[in-house]
This record gives sequence, C-alpha cells and structure tokens, in this order.
Amino acid sequence: MKIELLYFGRPGERLNISRETVDVPEGLSTLAGLLAWLRARGENWERELADNRVRCAINQEFSGLTATINEHDEIAIFSPISGG
Amino acid sequence: MSVSIQEHDFDLAAEQVALRSSSSKAGALVSFVGLVRDFSNDGKIDNIFLEHYPGMTEKALEKIIHQAANRWNLLGVRVIHRIGELHPNDQIVLVATTALHRGEAFAGCEFIIDYLKTAAPFWKKEQTGQGAKWLETRDSDMQRMEHWQNCTTGK
Repeated sequence: MKIELLYFGRPGERLNISRETVDVPEGLSTLAGLLAWLRARGENWERELADNRVRCAINQEFSGLTATINEHDEIAIFSPISGG
Repeated sequence: MSVSIQEHDFDLAAEQVALRSSSSKAGALVSFVGLVRDFSNDGKIDNIFLEHYPGMTEKALEKIIHQAANRWNLLGVRVIHRIGELHPNDQIVLVATTALHRGEAFAGCEFIIDYLKTAAPFWKKEQTGQGAKWLETRDSDMQRMEHWQNCTTGK
C-alpha cells in the first residue's frame, strides 16, 4: 500500500526529510502502526517519532494514533504546533 | 473573509482601511497583531523561524474564521500569518474583525487568535545563544481555547 508522507517541525528538521512516498507492509493499518514501522529505521527515527513527541494529520485533518490509514493517503508527521 | 500566509510584512493601517471599506454596516473594527519578543526562557532571541503546512493551514484557518463569523455575526475578517525568518519586534500575525458592535468584534477576534494557536498547523523555532529550539503548544494556550468551548453563558 503506497502512501505519501510529509514531515514538519522538529522531526522534519532532525531527520532531514520533508516528504517521501512509502510502500507500507501488508497488515499495517493505523497511524500507530505506521510510526512503529518508521521507528525501525534507526536510532534517530526511534527518538524523533516517539508516540508522545509527534502529532499526525491524515489528508490534512488532525488524527489520533488509532486512526486508520488507506492507500494514497497524505499523512503528515510533525511536532506539536506553535503558531501565532 | 480572507486569509494570507506570506513571508513579507503587512501594513496594519492599509489592512484596516481595506476591511472597513468592505462593509458600511460595521460599527466596530478590532485588530490584534502578534509580535516577535526578544526574550524566552532560554535567554535573548536572535530570530525565529516559522514553518507551515501548505494547504492544511489555509483550510484550518478558514474553518476557524467560519466558526467565529457564525457565532458572532462578523461582517469581515482578515487574517495574515507570516512564515520564514523573523526578528524581534517583527509582526507575526494579524487578526482583524468587523461587526455591528464592539462586543462581537472583540470576541470574534480573540476567538480566532486563541484557536489559531492550537488548531492551525504552524511551527515556530527560536534561535537563542543556547541554540535552536522548536516550541510546542503551551498549556496556557490550550486553556484559552478550551475556555471558548466551555463558555455557555452569552455566546
């Protein structure tokens, strides 16, 4: 299943990535599962994408970690927001 | 009702003129301008860097404005948020509202900036002598936003 990933704020900077297309393994169906899969990429990923350090959006709507992901979703991973 | 996200500065006076010219029914115009402070817990701020999520940020702001406009019968709303590198004393954000009366214009303006801080995807990085630090949503900002949800008296 192919999905589009976007990174903003601290994880984007620390992992030096702004976007990528990934093909996630069969059976991976939630944001929590996606983050766990990405964390397996290495120590930096494990630290920066810890569940309590990041927030997510699916197709430009804020979403909790139990939310379901689908083929071709645009999924953003970022640190807690701080505008204004 | 219009939203701009831009790197360049804005002219407060010109924005106020444009907003009041757009409705002759308005009896009140309120504007809020957020500025870059020169201090933080980590000391003197050299600059800040603001990032946003193109597409989602505009959508989130339009939703917030729509809620405010309905709740307080706002006649006009203008929101400008700057991105990129900013320095102490620079303008960061403008929220301006017009309404028939001042109470609605004040409340609508305050609601929009309080919601913007907790529901619009912007990220702010502070650069001080101690290094760079990404800021996170403050508890006090969450409480201000929740106040509007729990506010059952009046509007």
